[in-house]
Amino acid sequence: MLRLTITKRQEPLGWSSCLVVFGAVALSLFFSALLLGLRGTPPLEGLIVLFQGAFGSRWAIEDCLIKTIPIFLCSLGVAIAFRLQIWNIGAEGQFCLGAVGATWVALSFPSLPFWLMLPLMIAMATFAGGMWGLIPAVLRQKMRTNEIIVSLMMNYIAILILDYLVYGVWKDPTSFGFPMTQEFSDGAIVGKIGSTSVNWGLFHCIALAVIFWVFLRFTKLGYELKASGDSVRAARYAGIPYDRLVFLVMVLSGALAGWAGFLEASATINRLQPSIMVGYGYTAIVVAWLASLNPLYIGIASFLLAGLRVGVENLQLDLQVPAAFGGIMEGLVLLTVLAGGFFIHYRFELRGAKR
Amino acid sequence: MMELAIPLLAATVQSGTPILYATLGEIITEKSGVLNLGVEGIMIVGALTGFVVAKISGNPALAFFAAGLAGLAASSIHGFVCLIFQGNQVVSGLALTILGTGFANYLGTSMVGQSAPGFSPMALPYLSQIPFFGPVFFQQDPLVYVTYLLPPLIWLYFFSTSHGLNLRAVGENPAAAKAAGLSVILYRWTGILAGGFLMGLGGAYLSLAYTHLWTNSMTAGRGWIAVALVIFAFWRPGRAVFGAYLFGGIMSLQLRLQASGIPLPSSLLLMLPYLLTIAVLVFSSWKKGRSEAPAALGVNMKPTD
Repeated sequence: MLRLTITKRQEPLGWSSCLVVFGAVALSLFFSALLLGLRGTPPLEGLIVLFQGAFGSRWAIEDCLIKTIPIFLCSLGVAIAFRLQIWNIGAEGQFCLGAVGATWVALSFPSLPFWLMLPLMIAMATFAGGMWGLIPAVLRQKMRTNEIIVSLMMNYIAILILDYLVYGVWKDPTSFGFPMTQEFSDGAIVGKIGSTSVNWGLFHCIALAVIFWVFLRFTKLGYELKASGDSVRAARYAGIPYDRLVFLVMVLSGALAGWAGFLEASATINRLQPSIMVGYGYTAIVVAWLASLNPLYIGIASFLLAGLRVGVENLQLDLQVPAAFGGIMEGLVLLTVLAGGFFIHYRFELRGAKR
Repeated sequence: MMELAIPLLAATVQSGTPILYATLGEIITEKSGVLNLGVEGIMIVGALTGFVVAKISGNPALAFFAAGLAGLAASSIHGFVCLIFQGNQVVSGLALTILGTGFANYLGTSMVGQSAPGFSPMALPYLSQIPFFGPVFFQQDPLVYVTYLLPPLIWLYFFSTSHGLNLRAVGENPAAAKAAGLSVILYRWTGILAGGFLMGLGGAYLSLAYTHLWTNSMTAGRGWIAVALVIFAFWRPGRAVFGAYLFGGIMSLQLRLQASGIPLPSSLLLMLPYLLTIAVLVFSSWKKGRSEAPAALGVNMKPTD
C-alpha cells in the first residue's frame, strides 16, 4: 500500500523554484479569468486587453515606468524593515506624509530656484516620511505595541491629514472648489527625460538602489543589518544595539516612501490632491514579498505590478472592468506564491507503508 | 441630559456590534494559535455577500447566514496557505485583506448606492421597558441581541468544554498537544473557520443593519480595529464587549459632532477611531504587555514535526 508523506528537502529548490513562481502566476491568472467571466467580461479577451494595455505599446511601457518609480521606492523601504522582521505596513502613510512635506516646501517658498528647491523638498519629504515611520518603531521598542496595527492606523491618519490640508488651508482658491493645492512653480517640478513621458525619478530609483546595495554590502552597519535580520538574538550577542537599529531602519523605510511621495507630487501630478493616494504603499508590500526582499528582484517585480495597474486601467477603459480587479490579482499572486513556497522546502513522496 | 445620552449610547451599541462580531471571531482564531490579519478582507466579503443575498432573496436572516458562510470560505484561504502550505501568517493575512477588498469592490462597484432589505429595531417585551437600560440595550435589531449571547457562550466553550480546552492547548503549546494525541491542524482549522464565520457576520451587520446600503470599502478599517481589540481584550470575550463599545462610542460621538456643526474639520473627527486604536494598544501593553497572547500565536506547525 502506498502512502503520501511530506519530507523536508535536504537543500531548498534552486533554479526550479522559478517553476513554482510561474505555476503560482498561472493559477492566479486562471482565477482572475474566472472572475472576469463571473461579471460577464469575456475572460480571454480580458486578459489580452490587460497585457496589451500594460506592455503593448511605447506609451504603455512609459506609463509602466512612471508607476514603477513610487512602487519601487516604497518597496525598497518596506523590504529594509521586513529584513529585520519589523512589519512596516505603513508605507502608504509615509508616502502620504512625504508628499505633504514636499508640498509644504513648494508652497511656502515658490520662488526658489530648482537647484535649491528640489533638495529642500526631498529633505522635507524624507524627514516627514521618516518621522512617520519612527512613531510605530518607538512604540514597538518602548511600549511593545504591535507595529503592524500602529503603522496601518497611521496610514488612515496620514490620508486624513492630507484631506484636511487640501480641503482647507492649502486649497487653491482658483480650483472651483476641487480639493487640490495650486500647481507647483516650475522650480518645484522634476522634469521628464528627453522626449519621453518618464520623469527623472527613474534615476533617483537607480541611484538609491545602488546606494542601498553598497550600504548592505560594504558598510559595517549594513552588515549588522543583514546579520540581525537573520537572527535578532545573534545581533544581541554580537553587541549590536537592537533598539537603535530598529529606529534607524524604520526611519530609512519611511524616508524612502516619503521620497516616493515627493516624486509623485512633484513629477507626476505637479500638485497635492487626494487622488495621489492610490495604494502604492500596499502594492509595495506585495512586491517586497514576491521579490523575497532582494533589491534587484524588487525592481523587476515593481515593473510587473506597475504593468498590472496600467493594464487594469486599460481594462477599465475598454471593457468597463472595475479598477478593484487589480487588487484581486495582487492578492491572488501573493497568496499563491506564498503557498508555492512550500514546494521549495518540502516534497511529497509516495512510499510503501511499513507493515 | 438623559434625552441626549440615551440615543448616543444606543448608537454606541449599534456601531460597536460589527466590531464585536469580528473581535470575537479573531479571538477564537488566535486562541488556536493562528494570527489572521485578513479580518478586514473577510468582513467586506461578508458585507457584500449579505447584501447580495438579501437583495435577491428578500430574506435578511438567510442573507446574514450566507454572509457567515462567505466569511468562512474566505478564511479557509488563510487556512490553506498557512496550515497546509506553511505560508507566513502575517503575509497571508495581508494578502487576504488585499484580495477580499478587491473582490468585494470589484463585484460591488455596480451596486454602489443601491439598497437591500435588512434588519430593523425590534423592542424586546418587558426588557425594553426598563428605564435607561431598556432603550439603550433592548430596542435594537435582532443581530445586536445575538451579540449579547455570544461572549458568554464563547467563554463557556473555552473554559467548560474539552473541545475548547484542546483548542487553547493547541494555541499555547502545539508540540505538547500533539504528543497528547490531539490533531493540531484540525483544531486550528476549527479556529480559523469559526472565526471567519463570525467575521463574515460582522461585515454583514454593516450592510444589513447598520445601513441597508452598499458602499465600496464600507468596513473602513473596522477589521483592523478588531485585530487591535483582541490585544486590548487580553483574548477574553468579556473584555472584547467593553472594547467594541468603546469604539462604537467614539464612532457615534464623531458622527453626532459632525452633524452638530461644531467648527472642527470633519477629517480631524474622522481620525478619532484610528487615534483611539493606537492609544488602546499603548494602554494594553502598558498594563499587561503581550504576556496574555497564546504562546504559539503566529507560528506554523511544520508538517515534519
